[in-house]
Amino acid sequence: MASTVLFYLFAGLAIASAISMVYHKNPLYSAISLIGVFVALSCIYVSLAAPFIAAVQILIYAGAIMVLVVFVIMLLNLDEDKPLNRLRYLYFVGGGLGLILLVQTFFVFYAVMRAPNHPADQTKMVGRTLDLGSAMYSQYLLPVEIVGVLLLMAIIGAVILVRRLSQPQLELVIEHELEQEHRKR
Amino acid sequence: MVYLVAVVIAFQMVLMIVAYTVLAERKVLGWIQGRIGPNRVGPWGLLQPFADLLKFIFKEDLVPDKSTKFVYFLAPLVALTCALMPMVVYPFGPTITTINWNFLPWGLGEGITQLPLTIARIDVGVLYVLGITSVGVYGIALAGWSSNSKYSLMGGLRSSAQMISYELAMGASVLGVVMLAGSLDLTQIINAQINSPFRWFIIPQIIGFIVFLIAAFAETNRVPFDLPEAETELVAGFHTEYSALKFALFFMAEYVNMFTVSVMCTVLFLGGWYVPGLEPLARFLGLGEWIHHGTIVYAIISHVAFIGKICLFLFFYIWVRGTLPRFRFDQLMNFGWKFLLPLALLNVILTIVVVYFLNR
Repeated sequence: MASTVLFYLFAGLAIASAISMVYHKNPLYSAISLIGVFVALSCIYVSLAAPFIAAVQILIYAGAIMVLVVFVIMLLNLDEDKPLNRLRYLYFVGGGLGLILLVQTFFVFYAVMRAPNHPADQTKMVGRTLDLGSAMYSQYLLPVEIVGVLLLMAIIGAVILVRRLSQPQLELVIEHELEQEHRKR
Repeated sequence: MVYLVAVVIAFQMVLMIVAYTVLAERKVLGWIQGRIGPNRVGPWGLLQPFADLLKFIFKEDLVPDKSTKFVYFLAPLVALTCALMPMVVYPFGPTITTINWNFLPWGLGEGITQLPLTIARIDVGVLYVLGITSVGVYGIALAGWSSNSKYSLMGGLRSSAQMISYELAMGASVLGVVMLAGSLDLTQIINAQINSPFRWFIIPQIIGFIVFLIAAFAETNRVPFDLPEAETELVAGFHTEYSALKFALFFMAEYVNMFTVSVMCTVLFLGGWYVPGLEPLARFLGLGEWIHHGTIVYAIISHVAFIGKICLFLFFYIWVRGTLPRFRFDQLMNFGWKFLLPLALLNVILTIVVVYFLNR
């Protein structure tokens, strides 16, 4: 009973935060709403007996990635009133993707309703950290390694993007720019 | 019901320790600098924290005109809430198993045979504490942004950058302990230390301990890493525009965070509440019946030892504040990324190799 109430509380919180994330004009408010979504989701994970996933959700998404997003928004200091006209076509793309997601959700709901109703095995603790770890490094080793390689590629890509120029070259570029500015005056 | 009582007791205890940490800081800094420190309110200034609190309550609460009001009010709440939340997983002491709790009023003690001195045992206690403390950075970052002041913004930006950088080193330094203990549960980690030949993980994990301690200073924005509120450059950093109780919330959050990292240091590296050699000593003195795992005397001694170890770390914080100058910001970043993080990763690799060969 209590768990049902808690589920609806956190699910409502997640949906409300998601809606507020989409509808806020100010990007910082959207970011704060997104943090709300993550926190509510991790609460749902806890109620599903998956404390590890919940903790990782908070630690990585709310604690690291969104901090970077907020950091960038604070640095950019975007104009609030300017309408984003050139991004208008995204409304249609977003609408289409949303429709697909909605259909998927209904399909999952339908499939769950159709499936035979098995009571959950209480002795199996699938959410435990130890079981998760041993499953990841035995049964699902290949996906873990693929994800690892993917992340490594992303890291190397980030480093290459940042260090396109070596230090002396960079100094040359800066000198050139300064010179041009000087000439303009 | 019991959990509510436990939460209230733990909350009171943490807040009292935090209040007296503030007083201790002023006293110890006074001694280090050849002053006396506060000694007017109560005997030896012992009522100073309450006087400070009253002063905070009765001050005028100024809100900057151009601030973003909602975020401005939200920020101190986020900071203090995130600072207080890790409290629920602290192992304050060993489990008490030898007492019948039925004498408690209102049927509080019914059906309790084991009383663990911790509010909740979570399977992922370490990750929980790290995650919640990493969310605490929003309090500071949002305060800096919403105040609409350049000093506040600079403070908020610095603190976000600093906390992201040092969180990595902190998490990596904890990994060694987690591997030795084979669990993320704080109680399990203490039990693993009791059963290990070294008793305390500080001996096999000395590198991890040093990295954790340094990263903890940066995480709590304390000297020598107090760049977010560097007085000489940024007035007061992210809380420049805050006054009265809102400032008090930030102030409390900082000290509660100090308490949190001290608890983590104690639990992960100094054996938590465990006092090595207490049980053999008690048996030697003929008190074995009174003092063994599960009795209330053992629990009290262990709890006092736990608080004592925490106070040691809190004193260390104050001592460092009285001794060291502040880092420059580029030095801070270089130190975090180029020295601390590789050192922590090296420690992880060393631990992996050693654990692998020990378990063969």
